[in-house]
Amino acid sequence: MSKPTALSIGLQRGGLEIRQFMRQRESVVFTMLFPLILLAIFGSVFSNEIAEGVTFSQYFVAGMIASGLVNTGFQQLAIMIPMERDFGTLKRLRGTPMPASSYFIGKSILVTVSMLIQVFLLLAAGVAFFGVNLPTTADKWLILLALLVLGSACSTILGIAFSNVPKSGRGASAVVSPVVIVLQFFSGVFFIFTDLPQWMQQVAAIFPLKWMTQGARSVFLPDTFAAREVAGSWETGRTFAIIGAWLVVGLIWAIRSFKWERR
Amino acid sequence: MSTVISVAGLKKSYGQTHAVNGIDLEISRGEIFALLGPNGAGKTTTVEILEGFRNRDAGEVRVLDFDPATKGSAAQSWRDRIGIVLQSTEDAGDLTVFESVSHFSKYYKSPKNPREVIELVGLTEKADSLGRTLSGGQRRRLDVALGIIGSPELIFLDEPTTGFDPEARRAFWTLIRDLRDEGATILLTTHYLDEAEALADRVAVINHGQIVEISTPEHLGGRATSLATVSWREGGVTRFEKSENPTALVAQLATRFGGEVPELSVKRASLEDIYLEMIGGAHE
Repeated sequence: MSKPTALSIGLQRGGLEIRQFMRQRESVVFTMLFPLILLAIFGSVFSNEIAEGVTFSQYFVAGMIASGLVNTGFQQLAIMIPMERDFGTLKRLRGTPMPASSYFIGKSILVTVSMLIQVFLLLAAGVAFFGVNLPTTADKWLILLALLVLGSACSTILGIAFSNVPKSGRGASAVVSPVVIVLQFFSGVFFIFTDLPQWMQQVAAIFPLKWMTQGARSVFLPDTFAAREVAGSWETGRTFAIIGAWLVVGLIWAIRSFKWERR
Repeated sequence: MSTVISVAGLKKSYGQTHAVNGIDLEISRGEIFALLGPNGAGKTTTVEILEGFRNRDAGEVRVLDFDPATKGSAAQSWRDRIGIVLQSTEDAGDLTVFESVSHFSKYYKSPKNPREVIELVGLTEKADSLGRTLSGGQRRRLDVALGIIGSPELIFLDEPTTGFDPEARRAFWTLIRDLRDEGATILLTTHYLDEAEALADRVAVINHGQIVEISTPEHLGGRATSLATVSWREGGVTRFEKSENPTALVAQLATRFGGEVPELSVKRASLEDIYLEMIGGAHE
């Protein structure tokens, strides 16, 4: 039999990851439906228009799509990997000829699939119940695609890197979830970003979520709304540059710190 | 016989603690070799260095003619030839036994047939059950299945039968002997002396990071030639006498009692007695 390649094993691992994920019903429901519940709540509470032809729901859907990138990548992996480390999954894999890259390919497939399901559900619910308008030009769809690809990659890498921060699998959720929730508040997911205090905006601007939400707004809100952003424009170039920079930081961080065993 | 594992002058410290302090070992192809020692003796550190999980501070180590500290794709081809059964794991709870075993078979160049391996470890009836529904012993057998699926030449077994009932242990021992008969070399660490005695061709006792003795289970600590203890009841008390010639002593006693000797027993030191003496005695 010929030697299996890192890619072929990685694809197999991806299939296995998805199968395991789908069998954990509670976490499927929590990860996939919780954002929809939030959408329902916020959409019903704030039903006013925040600008000419822009409802709060529309603003919120853009933020939730950006959050979806963080939830399915960063949050999912930074909680799941410490648990696998505790369970001995990682050590066992390390003891086999499986190439390390196959493990990360498998995780990326899991993140990509859950991210696509998440985005699809949010868009479907947004369009069906909250009058969210889908982008109408090819340009906007292209930006959305680039945002999903780059944002999800960045989120995945940062989740792998951050997986070394929680001391144990059991405590991982308690360490990771507050980071995500605080970032969501600071980054203008739940409130209109420009309504937040200046210092909060400045802190948020360091982290990628703020730029992901802004990128998502540039796709889902009319261009007239750009004037209401901090810089008075969508800053598309800067958005991608900062997300890309975080991707590089995450990559270096992950390579330097990743551990296969709990110490 | 060719050498599968050779270790010379192995050392490893954690801070001020010398976990492994100068170990030498030679293990030949087809051997079942047991490493015995109390917790903290340096067993796990030694084995993890041999498995390539830890780096050493000093010494020469060859495992299947390869330095386990090597990284990269050479290490991958080496890992293709070894099988590791770690201490208790609880992963892959959401996969069935068959899914786990057949997935792991994809990692290796020449894996065994997953169905056959599941049969071999006695999990055929559980093949379609999720990992998390298995009992402790079944879980352990799954660990073994995952460790041997790649047709390893060398198998590391770390405390393999912890939590087994006696019947499951016997079945497990048969499995290990079968694997050896197929040509695999087995390095076993265990807390159970009866397990070492039943399985191992040779035993190394390790304590304070050093090898105390390497021998066959029968000869460890001069066990085969140790004095026998003869005990009997006389004058309302149990009396003991250590003897080089227990047969003569028993004959003498028989004459003295004119027949049956009350509560007569003749005992040689058990492996456990010898072992406890060697590691500095958990004797009160």
